[in-house]
Amino acid sequence: MSPTDASALLTVRGLQKSFGDNSVLASIDVTLGAGNVLALIGPSGSGKTTLLRCLNGLELADGGTIDVAGERRLDFGSPVGKKDLLALRDQSAMVFQHYNLFPHKTVLENVIEGPVVVQKRPRAEAAADALALLERVGLTEKKNDYPFELSGGQQQRVGIVRALALKPRLLLFDEPTSALDPELVGDVLGLIKELAGEGWSMVIATHELEFAREVANEVAFVDGGVIVERGDPEQMLRHPREERTRQFLHRLLFPF
Amino acid sequence: MNPTGWDLFLSSLWPIIGGAIAGTIPLAVVSFVIGLAIAVVIALMRLSKVRAVSAVAGVYISIVRGTPLLVQLFVIFYGLPSIGVVIPPWPSAVVAFSINVGGYAAEVIRAAILSVPKGQWEAAYMIGMSHGRALTRIILPQAARVSVPPLSNTFISLVKDTSLASLILVTDLFRQAQKVAAFSQEFMLLYLEAALVYWVICLVLSSGQGLLEKRLDRYVAH
Repeated sequence: MSPTDASALLTVRGLQKSFGDNSVLASIDVTLGAGNVLALIGPSGSGKTTLLRCLNGLELADGGTIDVAGERRLDFGSPVGKKDLLALRDQSAMVFQHYNLFPHKTVLENVIEGPVVVQKRPRAEAAADALALLERVGLTEKKNDYPFELSGGQQQRVGIVRALALKPRLLLFDEPTSALDPELVGDVLGLIKELAGEGWSMVIATHELEFAREVANEVAFVDGGVIVERGDPEQMLRHPREERTRQFLHRLLFPF
Repeated sequence: MNPTGWDLFLSSLWPIIGGAIAGTIPLAVVSFVIGLAIAVVIALMRLSKVRAVSAVAGVYISIVRGTPLLVQLFVIFYGLPSIGVVIPPWPSAVVAFSINVGGYAAEVIRAAILSVPKGQWEAAYMIGMSHGRALTRIILPQAARVSVPPLSNTFISLVKDTSLASLILVTDLFRQAQKVAAFSQEFMLLYLEAALVYWVICLVLSSGQGLLEKRLDRYVAH
C-alpha cells in the first residue's frame, strides 16, 4: 500500500471516529482507483456505515485524512471547516439503506433538488438529465408520483438516480438492499452492477456476498473498526486468510 | 320561546354575526398569522445549540403558558398606559393574542421539527445543502404537515379566546351580544345565542381541519 497513490480516486489514511468512549473506527486505510468498486463486508456495528458517513462528511472524523480525486486532502487531526466538509460532500453522493427520499416532493423533484437548488444548474437542463436517468431505471411513468406511492425497490432506484444526478466522482452505497423485500433486491443490485460496468467508482457496504463477489474489484472485511482483511473478491470470499473473516462468512452462509 | 323572544333572537342575530365578521374572525386570523411567525422563530431558537438562545425561548414559552391570557391582555391594554405606552383596543388584542399563540404554537412546531426523521437531514446534507437550506426546503415543509392537526386546535381555541377582547372594548361577536343583552335584559337568550354562533363557527373550522388533514396526510414521512 503506497502512502499516496497518484492514480487513486480515494485515499483514506488512519481514519478514526469515536462516539463518546466507543471507538467505532480505530484506524482505517482505504485506497480506491478510479472506476473501481470496493465492497465493505462485516457484522452490524463493525464501522462500515460510519466509514461511509465519514467519507460523505455526514460524520466528522476525529483523526486521519481523506483525499478524493487528489484535489484537497482533508486532515481531521486539525479543525475542519464547514467549507471543507461541503467540498468533501461535493465529491461523493450517497445511497441510503432507508432511501431517505423527500416525501413531500415528487420523484422528479427529488432528483433535481440538488442539481437545481444547490448546484444552480438551469431547471430545464437538470430536468432533462433527470428524465434520462429515470428512463434508464424504468421509472419514467413515475416521475410525478410521490415516494409513498412507490415500492421499496422503486424508491431505492430513485435514491440511486438522485445520487447520480449530482454527478459525483464517487458513489457511496450504505447497505442499499437491506431494507428491501427479498424479491425486490435483484433489481437494485442489477442496477448497481450496471453502473459499476460503466466505470462509476463506488464504495458499497453490503451483506450480499454473491453480489460483492461479482461487482467488486476488492472486498474488505471490516470488524471492530479496522479492516481485518482485504483482497480479491474471489480469494477473500472463498479462501479468507483470517479466522475472524472465516467465522463471519460462515455465519452469513449458514445462519442456522 | 315566546314570539317576542324569537323576534329578539332574529333581530340580534345580525349584529352578533356582524361582530363575528368585523371583530372575532379578523382578530383571530391576524393574530394567528403573526403568532405563527413568532412561533417559528421561537421554536428555532428553542432548538438552537447556543444555550443562551434556547434559554431565552424557553423563558418566553414558560411565561406565555404560565400566565392567564386575560392577564396578558390586561397588562397590555390597561397596564402599559401607566408607563406611557397607549395602544388602542384592536391592536392591543392582536399583540396579546399573537404573543400567546407564539408561545403555544412554538412547542407544537418544535415537536414537529423533531418528528422529521434524521435521515431527511442527512439526505439534504448529502445533496449538498447547508443547514439553513435543509431546514427551509426539506425539514420545515414536512414539519408543517405534521403540525396541521395541533395547530388547527390552537386556532379553534383562539377563535373562542377572542371573546376576552370584549373586556378591552373590542367590538367582537361577544361584545355585540352583551350590548343587546344589556339593552333588552334578556341575558339567557343573548348569551346562548352568542354561544350558538361560536359553535357554528367552530363546526365549520373543524370540518375544514378534517379536509385539510386528509389532503396533507399522504405526504408525511413514516
